[in-house]
Amino acid sequence: MRLELTPRAEVSRAARALAPVAAFLVAFLLAGLVIWLMGRSPIAAFQVYVSGPLSDPWAIQELVVKATPMALIAIGLAYCFRANLWNIGAEGQYVMGALLGGWLALRTHGSEAGAWVWPLMMLLGIAGGALYGLVPALLRVRFGVSEILTSLMLVYVAQLTLDYLTRGPWRDPKGMNFPQSVTFDPAATLPTLLAEGRVHLGSVFALIAILATAFVLGRTLFGYRLRVTGEAPRAARFGGFDANRTAMAVFAISGGLAGLAGIVEVSGQIGQLQPSISPGYGFTAITIAFLGRLNPLGILFASLAVALTFIGGESAQILLKLPLDLTTAFQGLLLLCVLGADALVSYRLRVVGTHHRPPGGEGRLGRSPSGVGGAGIERKVDGSQTRAAAGGGAARSFLRLPLRLIRRAAAFGREFHAGTPHRARGCAPSRPSPQGGGEP
Amino acid sequence: MTTFEAILLTIVTASTPLLIAAIGELVAERAGVLNLGVEGMMAMGAACGFAAAIGFNSTAAGIAVGILAGTALAAIFAFAVLGLAANQVGSGLALTILGLGLSGLIGAPFVGARRDPIPHLHIPGLTDLPVIGRLFFGQDAFVYISLALVMAVVLFLARARSGLTLRAVGENHSSAHALGLPVLRTRLLAILFGGACAGLAGVYLSLVYTRFWSPGMTAGRGWIALALVVFAAWRPVYALAGAYLFGTATVLQLHAQAGQIGLPSQLLSAVPYVATILALVLLSVLRGRALGAPGALGAPFVPDR
Repeated sequence: MRLELTPRAEVSRAARALAPVAAFLVAFLLAGLVIWLMGRSPIAAFQVYVSGPLSDPWAIQELVVKATPMALIAIGLAYCFRANLWNIGAEGQYVMGALLGGWLALRTHGSEAGAWVWPLMMLLGIAGGALYGLVPALLRVRFGVSEILTSLMLVYVAQLTLDYLTRGPWRDPKGMNFPQSVTFDPAATLPTLLAEGRVHLGSVFALIAILATAFVLGRTLFGYRLRVTGEAPRAARFGGFDANRTAMAVFAISGGLAGLAGIVEVSGQIGQLQPSISPGYGFTAITIAFLGRLNPLGILFASLAVALTFIGGESAQILLKLPLDLTTAFQGLLLLCVLGADALVSYRLRVVGTHHRPPGGEGRLGRSPSGVGGAGIERKVDGSQTRAAAGGGAARSFLRLPLRLIRRAAAFGREFHAGTPHRARGCAPSRPSPQGGGEP
Repeated sequence: MTTFEAILLTIVTASTPLLIAAIGELVAERAGVLNLGVEGMMAMGAACGFAAAIGFNSTAAGIAVGILAGTALAAIFAFAVLGLAANQVGSGLALTILGLGLSGLIGAPFVGARRDPIPHLHIPGLTDLPVIGRLFFGQDAFVYISLALVMAVVLFLARARSGLTLRAVGENHSSAHALGLPVLRTRLLAILFGGACAGLAGVYLSLVYTRFWSPGMTAGRGWIALALVVFAAWRPVYALAGAYLFGTATVLQLHAQAGQIGLPSQLLSAVPYVATILALVLLSVLRGRALGAPGALGAPFVPDR
């Protein structure tokens, strides 16, 4: 018996839209299984994780506050991932934004500075994140170093910098030796939306970012450039799109938004600098970006859904003594399920008995890698069908994420480590593309 | 024992987990699979291995369970990227997040527990030699296993028929498939081997390096191992050299912290990460574009397309 994937000739829009929802449900079921294995009641956990926060108006505000930084980061990552660039160091850019913006808050602390302080802090936050994000982009463009590894290494560097500053030079001298800065002045604090509430202006920034991104990605040449660069680097080169400039631009945008998220969180939520200012928002945002199918509106919903697991995780820690690591594990599981669901939307998964030949294309299957031990995996892809699905107008290609991801990964594989990835290398292709038919 | 000797010994201890994890990932990448989940598999190996060693009060059980845990996570990854043709980068990241979370859950009851040091080789006469005695003939089993692994992988990739198959699959899976080579099976085994190695590296961290378990104890070593593979240009012997270079940087950094040389400890802690970035940049400057990455690295295999 083995598994076999056959491409679906047609995939409905609904199936694609529902795939992340299904992935979420599967991840929930698996997490419930883990909780049950830990000897707790999954139903009680579900109540604490989901029903509790959703039935409490205070908690709904909390949900929005929690979703804000993650939505900001994820929306920036959408630019990178669409251009097939892997910025996985958003956590570091978030910290750097918080540091540069927080610097102004500490600098103006106790002075008579007016209401210009917090807007300037936001700008500094964006600048800090963008500059930090440009480091891996520059290393990639200039030296051909994989941005995956450098952006991640820079996360540790940023966290250590924050740790040093809050324990050392920036520590509140009257703070009883606690490793934290002074509490920000009102002028350095992000205003709340309502007099009573906890929702601050950062949520408005996130909404603006989402709307602006929907416009940029869907309606501008820049958005089109990203997609072409990501899906068909060679076509982008022929089209005269400068891949290096694209890489710098998307890293600056995603870094800037992550930096904004950092300073929004510090100024609007925490109110001071501490050695730790994020429970891993920068990494969770990667899950959110994919859960939202790299689509601005999708990311809005995805960030709220994942924020729910954060809030639920916190109350589960208090009420059920379930560790916060469960939330982390759940998020990893969720990302796997989302990526798996994407594949299942475009392929039909069938369990085939060993002695059966699936109808059609037997000749080719005869020598395809058949099975590993008892539960082998075999895939049959009819080229014509795939190409039919892949063609049909770039404008609608956001509906074809799974195929795009596959092609993107293929392109990634060819370019990864192989030299300056998107540097214009004349017309010579780096290497004959095994999936060249996919490129327009 | 002089300080110098002690430093040499700790360098070996710090380098071994990097080497084991890197050699496993190297094999997976030579088969064309980029598994970014090394950090997660290492964390799971460390947590499960430590839990089993405490639970069964046996180091051997800890090692076995740690290897199994790494392999099990790798099997999930293999199902996603081979079975469902999912994106390798995304799935690898997910594996890291999942592994870090699960290891936290599994290890939580064992925070604060300690294990005794595992036995070291002792050959009367040889081990008692000054300086080189302890260094070459007085290490723990993992060190010798890691060196044997490097030798085995060198021979496997260069001499074994299956090693050639693996390299063919990694260079160009379409051609390999056309030749009738089992692409997916080769990749599956390579991924599982990578997982087993990452698990073993994790066990080494919790049972030998620190001898306790704490959340996030892998501290980016899985990522450094990934960088080492690039650094080594996908060659096992270079990976050996690279791992020891990074181990040395880590140890010197720790000694500088202990030595109170007046620099902030955070600056020194950042050394391995900054060194990784610098090494990658330097390498690309020196070698130009001929990095030697396997041709099909990161590309999912979809036959007949």
